[in-house]
Amino acid sequence: MENIKNIIEAMLFVSDSSLTIDRIKSVLALDDTREIKHAFSALTGEYEARMGGFYLCEVAGGYQIRTRPEYTKWIKLLISPKPVRISKAALETLAIIAYKQPLIRSDIEHVRGVDCGGILRMLLERKLIRVLGRREIPGRPLIYATTRQFLEVFDLKDLKDLPTPEEVEKLSNNEQENT
Amino acid sequence: MSEKIYKVQLNGVFEGPMDLLVYLIKKNEVDIYDIPIALITDQYLKYIEWMKSMNINFAGDFLVMAATLTHIKSKTLLPVQEDEEFDDPRMELVKPLQEYLQMKSAAEHLSERSILGEDIFNRNINKEDYSEPGEDDIVNVCLFELIDAFKKILENISPNQRLELTADRVSVKDRIAQLIDSLEKKGSLTFGELFSSDADKGDIILTLLAILEMVKLSLVRIVQYVRTGIIRIFYL
Repeated sequence: MENIKNIIEAMLFVSDSSLTIDRIKSVLALDDTREIKHAFSALTGEYEARMGGFYLCEVAGGYQIRTRPEYTKWIKLLISPKPVRISKAALETLAIIAYKQPLIRSDIEHVRGVDCGGILRMLLERKLIRVLGRREIPGRPLIYATTRQFLEVFDLKDLKDLPTPEEVEKLSNNEQENT
Repeated sequence: MSEKIYKVQLNGVFEGPMDLLVYLIKKNEVDIYDIPIALITDQYLKYIEWMKSMNINFAGDFLVMAATLTHIKSKTLLPVQEDEEFDDPRMELVKPLQEYLQMKSAAEHLSERSILGEDIFNRNINKEDYSEPGEDDIVNVCLFELIDAFKKILENISPNQRLELTADRVSVKDRIAQLIDSLEKKGSLTFGELFSSDADKGDIILTLLAILEMVKLSLVRIVQYVRTGIIRIFYL
């Protein structure tokens, strides 16, 4: 195989979502992933050594070229993106789904104590959550789970990358003690 | 309790009973494992009174929590027999509160992460600009193509069939369940297959509504073949 590192870099350049090792493996018709992993770490090293405007981000089970946070201000001036703004209530709902998935609407409402219909619809529209199917109980409620898009938006490698609820609690407790 | 405290609350909008409860617990600086139930219940009920007097429409959820609090309060007042094992009635509140607080911090943690499209960016490529439609390629249909296809189905039903004004026999929800059943069996259906030939107008409209609802819920994906113009519904 000719320069596999360059091929992968070119793929990363045109890919609009995080590029997984499996995907590359099937495109290149390779037998094992060692070379691909090696190429990714070489690229990561190059980008880190260069310290340019972007870096190789390991996210949603794959890799993606992303701008460095230092330059956010300028990017925003260039493209004036639609603000992502997710309300506090929506974030709470999303957190519950992320930690307890797969789950049904009443599970979410049980924790939050309020109706979540509107928020769920919004999260579905933004493709942060998806419907997995229906639970075979009376009313056949929809089962919800988070999407790959969720991992990409929140810069998570996979769901295990989320801190456990206990860790989160500890973190916020420490903050309170420090302030 | 002085009036002042409740005036401060004017600024805080409580999204639900849990939110309010957490606020009261934090304000009184009490431990969630040792809630002074009488005090919290009292303040909670006062807050509901206040909402009423401000003509704020609050959801029934607030009342459910008020009932729970009062119930727990009354339980704590009951004498405990010495030989009986004593379960703290307040534990009923602790677990959901703990869970809610955990999820609240988890949400905060999420919002602190660098968010794509807000803090960091990736290359935004519009795929449609590059890919050329192949022979059996499929495109996403828009609403108008759906309506066109719907019109064709309507034209096929016999003109002398009258629209019967009977009560709704099947609801959109039922129809969605029916459609999901057949989609689960087959994986995908063409738009024409969705409508039986003997269906009347009401039925057809119901099916279309069901499909629109399913698209909204991301249950199905609708695509159209470029060459044949056939619209196909895929179960996701």
